[in-house]
Amino acid sequence: MRLALDVLTIVAVSGGAFFFLAGTVGMLRFPDTLTRLHALTKADNLGVGLVVVGLLPQAAGPREAAELLGTWLLVLLSGSVVSQLVARTVFATDRLGDALARGPGPPR
Amino acid sequence: MSIQTALELVLAAVVLGLAAWAVAARETSAAVVGFIAYGLLIALVWVALGAVDVALAEAAIGGGLGGVLLLSAGARLRENEKRAAAERPGAGARLAAAALSAMVAAGLAVAVLRLPTPAPTLAPQAAANAAATGMGNPITNVLMAFRAMDTLLEKFVLLLGLVGVWSLAADRLWGGNPGPRHQADPLGLLAFLARLLAPIGVVVGIYMVWTGADHPGGAFQGGTVLAAMWLLTMMAGLTDTPPVSSLRLRLVLVAGPGVFLVVGLAGLLFGAAFLSYPAAYAKPLIVAIEVAMTLTVAATLTLLSAGAPEQRLER
Repeated sequence: MRLALDVLTIVAVSGGAFFFLAGTVGMLRFPDTLTRLHALTKADNLGVGLVVVGLLPQAAGPREAAELLGTWLLVLLSGSVVSQLVARTVFATDRLGDALARGPGPPR
Repeated sequence: MSIQTALELVLAAVVLGLAAWAVAARETSAAVVGFIAYGLLIALVWVALGAVDVALAEAAIGGGLGGVLLLSAGARLRENEKRAAAERPGAGARLAAAALSAMVAAGLAVAVLRLPTPAPTLAPQAAANAAATGMGNPITNVLMAFRAMDTLLEKFVLLLGLVGVWSLAADRLWGGNPGPRHQADPLGLLAFLARLLAPIGVVVGIYMVWTGADHPGGAFQGGTVLAAMWLLTMMAGLTDTPPVSSLRLRLVLVAGPGVFLVVGLAGLLFGAAFLSYPAAYAKPLIVAIEVAMTLTVAATLTLLSAGAPEQRLER
């Protein structure tokens, strides 16, 4: 049982680390704000989520597990709201139109 | 080399890289973002050093409110950014600045490297006298009892900073509300976040103050979280800053240093010395000071971020 839980932790935390890595690469390489945002939210939601899932079996008790889940929910909340706000700002300032007109290229 | 050492080396390298980025970045907003990330990573450095209290304060100030302050300052400077970037100081001035910075850095490095090993510390004395106050957190003991004078003076400095910001107000606006009135869709995203997050943040802030007696936390960290929540509701347009002429606001602003000073003077009159607490009442007195200080810290930091009065006082 202990072994199975430890394996779950290793797999889930590694998966979370992978999403963080992929999100970071995406944020550095994608051409415009909206696609970069898309990469970033994967790291926020799935990356943190998988790390939390992986840490749950190692939690000392229900209280610590609840703290972990609460942290994840707060990250989800702030991440989703902030990415919406950034995306709306992009549309409002019409940078998207400029970016599309210019076509794919190095990030500004 | 253990995994922990390797992680700490990576952390140190990233911190140094971000510091260089924040200094070298041409655009104000890029430099500010670099500095915020730098503050958050410095908090991680403090955790790695085992100083959780300092890490909380650094994350709240360096990563949080300091970031808000710098971002809003950057937004105000945006109009002048092009002109400021075009102005390039002469080679002599730049050389002198570089030489002075290098001298300061070298002086600091020498001071750190010349410390004897092990470094001089008062930690054993602080730990030995921990029972004197009835508090379990040695940091709170040092801040509120053993070195209470420093904490008291620090609060005066905060207040002086706010007076400095307020003194930038135009005469005709004096007495009005600090900062611009934020307009936001009352059913919009920011208002949604403010309604959902602020109650959670207030509970977390109060918890941080309360738990500071025995665990990492305290008035400054808790007050900063409360300030962040107040700022959030303001930016969402749900509330406005109170006018600086408000008596209630001013009472809150002086509550922390005021209660601290009264307790300190009472120690001078009835006890052994200025800021000496009678042993039987040490903990209740310290908690009372911390509660007053939390309100002061929250209000001061919020208003520091809001800026000078910009709205005419409505009579």
